[in-house]
Amino acid sequence: MDNEDGLANYALGTSPDFVQAGLKAIDCDIHNEVPSLQTLFPYMSDFWCDYCSHSGFRGPEANDYPRGAPLTTHPDAKPPWDIDLAHIREQLLDGWNLEYGILNCAYRVQSIHNPDLGAAIAQAINDWQIEHWLDPEPRLRASLVIPSQIPELAVREIERVGEHPGFVQAILPVRSRTPYGNRIHHPIYEAAVRHNLAIGIHYGGAPGNQPSPTGWPSTYLEEYSGMTQVFQAQVISLVAEGVFDQFPELRVVLIESGFTWLPAVMWRIDKEWRGLRNNTPWLKRPPSEYIRKHIRFTLQPIDAPPTPKQLLQIIGQLESDEMLMFSTDYPHWQFDTPNDAFPTTLPGALARKILSENARAFYQL
Amino acid sequence: MAKYVVATPDEIPPGERKVVDIGGRSIGIFNIDGEFFAIRNSCPHQGGPLCKGRVTGFLESSVPGTYTYTRKGEILRCPWHSWEFDIKTGQSWWNPAQRRVRKYDVHVESGKDIDASNSEREKGPYIADTFPVTVEQQYLVVEVE
Repeated sequence: MDNEDGLANYALGTSPDFVQAGLKAIDCDIHNEVPSLQTLFPYMSDFWCDYCSHSGFRGPEANDYPRGAPLTTHPDAKPPWDIDLAHIREQLLDGWNLEYGILNCAYRVQSIHNPDLGAAIAQAINDWQIEHWLDPEPRLRASLVIPSQIPELAVREIERVGEHPGFVQAILPVRSRTPYGNRIHHPIYEAAVRHNLAIGIHYGGAPGNQPSPTGWPSTYLEEYSGMTQVFQAQVISLVAEGVFDQFPELRVVLIESGFTWLPAVMWRIDKEWRGLRNNTPWLKRPPSEYIRKHIRFTLQPIDAPPTPKQLLQIIGQLESDEMLMFSTDYPHWQFDTPNDAFPTTLPGALARKILSENARAFYQL
Repeated sequence: MAKYVVATPDEIPPGERKVVDIGGRSIGIFNIDGEFFAIRNSCPHQGGPLCKGRVTGFLESSVPGTYTYTRKGEILRCPWHSWEFDIKTGQSWWNPAQRRVRKYDVHVESGKDIDASNSEREKGPYIADTFPVTVEQQYLVVEVE
């Protein structure tokens, strides 16, 4: 089977065609998962270590991406909680000759109901990222993990380490307690802009709210594929609530959101805005213009249409060649063969933009 | 250029409007603080009866959470899709360069002038639709190409 051949090649370190053609990519979604809560104890105060040990707390729930689910791990990558720097160097940085890799630690501190514990763990994760990932490897950049359930605490963490040159963005789970455009979140954006950080919005999260607009789904299939609805709601909220009017320098990237749904959302919100624009008088331009200017999307997983021609049509419907940024979602399993990580049928100029130029501009690398 | 007598000024007090049919067109005449404006009663979007829409003000905002409401009585919203139009210019708010409603010249003339002008011309550009013009009165006259 092709699939198995692809996996075998991946295991042997085969790289996709673009690498063999000498093109360097920037991978905008590499996961450095925290192996266990105990990994973080050296970075936490005695009190919080004892609090965790004595209460039996073993870390925030992550049932939006359950351990052992087929998508969790590429069969030839180590499980996420065993991934270390050596592994990422071997399989990606060296293996695929990457220019840069952006680490997205998706440890769900935002779902911890004790906000001070959430802040303590976020702080520990960021110190762990600096020591074990950023300082030893100049090709890596990382996302600041912030306890966004209390924006004031999130801001404090951005202030604490936001100036470290390795951090290029602060990361938020796409599922939130209130939509991210809401003004309660604005202090986070203010701090991000002040420290020249982008905001990454990543698949998942477990804030306590349902992961769909209409209630709790029964199956993981529904939750996983339906997450695009949550991304759409966040895009609409960010634009409508005037986040980009308030913070014209703010850059936002949606990570693992897919993007083929975006044209329809842009058409719809532009159409409605013409009649409802005085709901949101701060918007100076059609909503889609804010989206194209401020929001980017990582490539994997692609909600790919059946043919390459159709994929190109959808990219054309974005009306921008600057919105997509290459990603592998490593070590998660979103593509079968190395060549599936990046569509080989894209025109050269567009391919170079997606592989590295867009990310270099967005992250100011 | 054809001229149509459409109303007497006191028929349309400030803040009010009158929609008339002249020359095969439906046209709305608006009184904004004593000044008269005429625009076509057809939204350039999908042809809705624009001049029957709600008259409102112009809402602006410099940053989220602030509201500056000015020009009350000068903005018309189409009853079909709520697009906003400047009654004085016919321009839409969201695309003033390309989406605009046809604007017509409207002015006040005395019945005397209309009568005199009318008698000067054989075919008479003035068509006093339903208006018997008397020399003592003032009239609103709309010019239509």
